[in-house]
Amino acid sequence: MIPRNYREMFDELNRKNEEFEKILARMKGADELSTKDVLSMDDLTPKDIELIFRITLPFKEFLKRPDKKIPLLKGKSTIQFFFETSTRTRVSFELAGKHLGADTINVGKADSSIGEKGETLNDTALTLDAMRADCIILRHSRAGTPQMIAKEIQAPVINGGDGWHEHPTQTLLDLYTIYEKKGRLKGIEAVIVGDILHSRVAGSLMRGLKKMGVRVRVCGPATLMPCGVEKVFGVKVYHNLDEAIQGVDVAYALRIQAERGATGEIPTVREYSKQYVINERRLKLAKPDAIVMHAGPVIREVDITTQVLEGPQSVVQEQVTNGFAVRLALLSLLVMGKPGGDGKQKTLAEVK
Amino acid sequence: MKLLIKQGRVVDPANGIDAVMDILVDNGKIAKVAKSISEKAEVVDARNLIVAPGLIDMHAHLREPGREDKETIATATRAAARGGFTTVLGMPNTNPVIDDQAAVEFVLSKARKEGVVNVYTTGAATKNQQGKELAEMWELRNAGAVAISDDGNTIPTASLMRKVLEYARMYRLPYLSHAEDPALSEGGAMHEGYVSTELGLQGRPSVAEDVIVAREILLAKYTQGRVHFCHGSTQGAVELVKQAKKAGISVTMETCPHYFSLTDEAVRGYNQNAKVSPPLRSKEHVEAIKKGLKDDVIDVIATDHAPHLLVEKYVEFDNAASGMVGLETAVPLVMNNLVHAGVLTISQAIAKMTINPARILGIPKGTLSVGADADITIIDPNREETIDPKQFESKGRNTPFAGMTLKGVPVMTIVAGKAVMRERRVVG
Repeated sequence: MIPRNYREMFDELNRKNEEFEKILARMKGADELSTKDVLSMDDLTPKDIELIFRITLPFKEFLKRPDKKIPLLKGKSTIQFFFETSTRTRVSFELAGKHLGADTINVGKADSSIGEKGETLNDTALTLDAMRADCIILRHSRAGTPQMIAKEIQAPVINGGDGWHEHPTQTLLDLYTIYEKKGRLKGIEAVIVGDILHSRVAGSLMRGLKKMGVRVRVCGPATLMPCGVEKVFGVKVYHNLDEAIQGVDVAYALRIQAERGATGEIPTVREYSKQYVINERRLKLAKPDAIVMHAGPVIREVDITTQVLEGPQSVVQEQVTNGFAVRLALLSLLVMGKPGGDGKQKTLAEVK
Repeated sequence: MKLLIKQGRVVDPANGIDAVMDILVDNGKIAKVAKSISEKAEVVDARNLIVAPGLIDMHAHLREPGREDKETIATATRAAARGGFTTVLGMPNTNPVIDDQAAVEFVLSKARKEGVVNVYTTGAATKNQQGKELAEMWELRNAGAVAISDDGNTIPTASLMRKVLEYARMYRLPYLSHAEDPALSEGGAMHEGYVSTELGLQGRPSVAEDVIVAREILLAKYTQGRVHFCHGSTQGAVELVKQAKKAGISVTMETCPHYFSLTDEAVRGYNQNAKVSPPLRSKEHVEAIKKGLKDDVIDVIATDHAPHLLVEKYVEFDNAASGMVGLETAVPLVMNNLVHAGVLTISQAIAKMTINPARILGIPKGTLSVGADADITIIDPNREETIDPKQFESKGRNTPFAGMTLKGVPVMTIVAGKAVMRERRVVG
């Protein structure tokens, strides 16, 4: 039953992982992330982002291996709390954790008492800390919830999206994708199109792009623009996409968020799509080598036409792959070699 | 039992007094106010202290009946005593709502039995505060309600508001308006502006307050009714009330210490203790509120004391209850942020917490005139204290001011000639 050369096979596997670890160590150098948690793009310095990119690169290669298991996080546990639906973020974090050898647990809204009457967020945080998880990934429909949880617990917390506020790992993969395609971020021109108001993707993206020296335009109906967006994020506001897309390197489409009431802010999706869909004619107004991006799920013919989405300038599928690599990189940076929580509980009085 | 308060700086705006004087209290009434009084009595040395008429808070949530887990009339009035208030006006949003005479009588009888300070109550303007049918205002008044209000619920339509004002006018009941258009602020958790955009929280725009203030002013003019604006927080509201007063329309306005002490920056970090309704505004609004106080466009400073349980407050910011406790922080905030900061004279500040609310509500309080009830608040203007919620008499601990050191604290509260607070401790 057991092949005679099994020891050789194992050696070869181990060697591969050893090689990979060496590459990781070389790319990482002596650098560490400046933050315990990734809650907002504001938590990350440009140096942090560069470090994440350097680690993402080998992980992207790693994903091409037939054996995608490397037990860098063996003996660690990650808990994913997703109180809102998610496909890309949840699956890529879970797979990333599993590939890295961590024990990953998913908790959804139906299984949990978070936010229910009678339990404070602090109580929830204390419970999580008592589990001695090594990393918490949290998505929540209310802005600020990951921040509140992170304040009270020792394990690193990754914001998997909070309300209208931020979705920083999406932005990390977006920045990585632009960097990969354009070879730089500084001096790039980008336009973000659509429902800026309800979009946590835009919330993080505007912060991340500005931090890395990208010039940012936002384009959409006035009713879908956050109050004071120009001043808060240093972006230029357009209501006409033909003008906004002129000469950009990156055209980033957002989804109309019907579940957050966006359809009440516009007369019809029909009228919206006529004005704001990224189609071939409009894409011609951008730079010839411009790329088209979307955080998904794409609503075809409303956000982007099928021709553009499936055309040569679309990098939407690569964003998903890069998301996986970025999350592998981020988990390894935040969790690897870090001591676990000591499970020492703070009382509510200490917390407040 | 006689009490002689000696050599305090007596500030009695109703009588235009601001001078070092003695006050003699006899049998629960003010017996004499003079440069120097010699009398056999318990002497209170008030040198270097301010002696004011007992402070009136015309906007407090006493929570009883219904939410005795948050606060009771007993605990709220103890908090009032510790905070220097001798009179509080309860809001009608209890459970059940104070919309009939039985509820009014319950509150007043509870207050007589368990209250440490004077308690008045507001009656609801509409049945169950639902904004559909008028409440029995005549009976409410006969039972003892001194004002009417639907509190946090803005009257939904202008036509019902008109009826409320016309009906209330017959009994000289002022309508206390929480002016905020519910549709404009629906879903919002904080002031709409720079900070809300940065935090990704849905905003409540200042114009939501302004449009209802404008509506209420026009209806007050049309009906000759009386409108008092609760907890004003916007530049627009101050401007509109200023114009209305100039035009002789019968409107008055209050604000709360948090609206001149904090901006929406206090919400950063998703600080639930800074969540309040109307929301903390941006700097230009805070400046306008201070100017409105200075120019006497804003007549009253009230607390909007709103105790909440931990489990209602320390949850997701959007889901957290609105409101903060205020009875035990108001005087230090007024003294530190308005009087010492040079925004208000001491007389102005005291007027806005004594005679002005008394006149608006038509209650015989707020002065040190001979014969008046001996409700007196003594304030040490130079004493510093760090706000410590653990010391609160209120059951609520929800304050954004914890840890702040403020100058000017009440050191004695006297109700009907009897000291109920001495040296920061509630007695008796």
